[in-house]
Amino acid sequence: MNNSDLAQILIRAVEEADSSDRLLDAVQELAAAGIEEAVPTLIAALGYNNPGAAVAAVDGLIAIGEAAVSPLLQLIDDYNYGARAWAIRALAGIGDVRALDTLLEAAKTDFSLSVRRAAARGLGTLRWHQVPPEKLESIQTQVLEALLLISQDPEWVVRYAAVTSLETLAIAIAATLPEQASRITNQLQQMLDTDVDLGVRTRVKFAQEKIQPQQHQEVFAPKRKLQDTEVSEVPHRGAGRR
Amino acid sequence: MNFSPQKIEDLSPTGDNADGESLTVEQALANLESADLGLRFYAAWWLGRFRINEPAAVTALIKALEDEADRTPEGGYPLRRNAARALGKLGDRQAVSSLIGCLDCSDFYVREAAAQSLEMLGDPVCIPALIKLLAVGLPLEQLISKQPDLSQPYEALLEALGTLKATEFTPLVKPFLEHPMELVQYAAARAMYQLTQEPVYGERLVQALAGEKLQLRRAVLADLGAIGYLPAADAIAQTLAENSLKLISLKGLLEHQVNHITPSTFSEGAIKVMNLMDSLL
Repeated sequence: MNNSDLAQILIRAVEEADSSDRLLDAVQELAAAGIEEAVPTLIAALGYNNPGAAVAAVDGLIAIGEAAVSPLLQLIDDYNYGARAWAIRALAGIGDVRALDTLLEAAKTDFSLSVRRAAARGLGTLRWHQVPPEKLESIQTQVLEALLLISQDPEWVVRYAAVTSLETLAIAIAATLPEQASRITNQLQQMLDTDVDLGVRTRVKFAQEKIQPQQHQEVFAPKRKLQDTEVSEVPHRGAGRR
Repeated sequence: MNFSPQKIEDLSPTGDNADGESLTVEQALANLESADLGLRFYAAWWLGRFRINEPAAVTALIKALEDEADRTPEGGYPLRRNAARALGKLGDRQAVSSLIGCLDCSDFYVREAAAQSLEMLGDPVCIPALIKLLAVGLPLEQLISKQPDLSQPYEALLEALGTLKATEFTPLVKPFLEHPMELVQYAAARAMYQLTQEPVYGERLVQALAGEKLQLRRAVLADLGAIGYLPAADAIAQTLAENSLKLISLKGLLEHQVNHITPSTFSEGAIKVMNLMDSLL
């Protein structure tokens, strides 16, 4: 049996599922197959109002990656708000720069804190190597400006997500925009001094350690490698549930 | 333990209010005296929601605990409930003795709100009054009867006793592990962990994360966050519930790891929890 036959069988199983548990199982099977032909069905599953199936579909779309970006971006204009939120999560997980404008807008303006959170995280997992060199500086500056704004969000979890992205961005721009790097370190220091939330302050401190390991004693995680903060790393969402 | 998505997607305390009406502190205080009972009820909620911990607000809310005007057909006291809830959020211990008085109120929801707010205010002087209510649910024979005893807000009482470290009353908390209602069992496990630090009670909550009902899993996430039980970290990240709730629960674990000061170094546990949180964003 080739991929196409398998895809047809698995897609049919999703279409014919007659209970939420069956749907969940069928979407999980289809997502696990990682076949490009599954993209439209997985995207449809984002709108079934079945959180388990949506999580599985997001994971599957992230695994498929670039081939899913364009259909996801089209869905963003859809009226189905729930599906839109899931699509943002999938785009954030894929990290394709074609999603940049969508992520920027969602992180700054979406009324749902969980969408802002996912979009803020997505701004830190963009695959910079996809950006043409002549555009890199301007796009990184745009993301930096957005993250500085988002790091003042009223919700702790959005600020937390912004900190994770400021961390990866600081490491990425150390080579391309060194003169901008101080804006990140200043913002992080200000958050460390003034953020009302202990969890956020703790994550800020951790980000500072990762950005400038040479300035701190190796007092924690002695086995830590710099690869942990690879900018191209896609956050894996296997455990994610919404 | 109300740990609902509505609460998670709640507005931030930024002062802008999407619930229709925007108040100033002066208006809210004036509205507490209004002839319009709806305005009073809303003002009491608003003062707590936006943490208006000014002496005038505390005084006015304490007075509202005695309200007789606002009654439900069943005899409940809506304004007293909101005033009691708000006083917990304002963090002023002046309210403690009046809230202890509310534990004798005929309205279950006033008693529940008072217990929750006494927990938040953290003054152990209320422990004997909490124990008096808890004792209604004892002895154990009553607990194991077919009819779950719903006469007292046991969840709120148990959680408060755990938070207030009422260790001398541990023997009175323990029987509630066998209560017929799961939510009460979890509240007891949570309190027992806080009172004894014995992992067996944390593990009991971890097991409950694998339960069938989403509402119960949500409650357990809140409990584990409250007690900061680090060995639950992976189970929290993997349970079937909203990421928003898992993130709040893990934040509770993280904050217990760093002991309420910004750390100069990180334990392995703190790093593990932060990595899990990052993966759930």
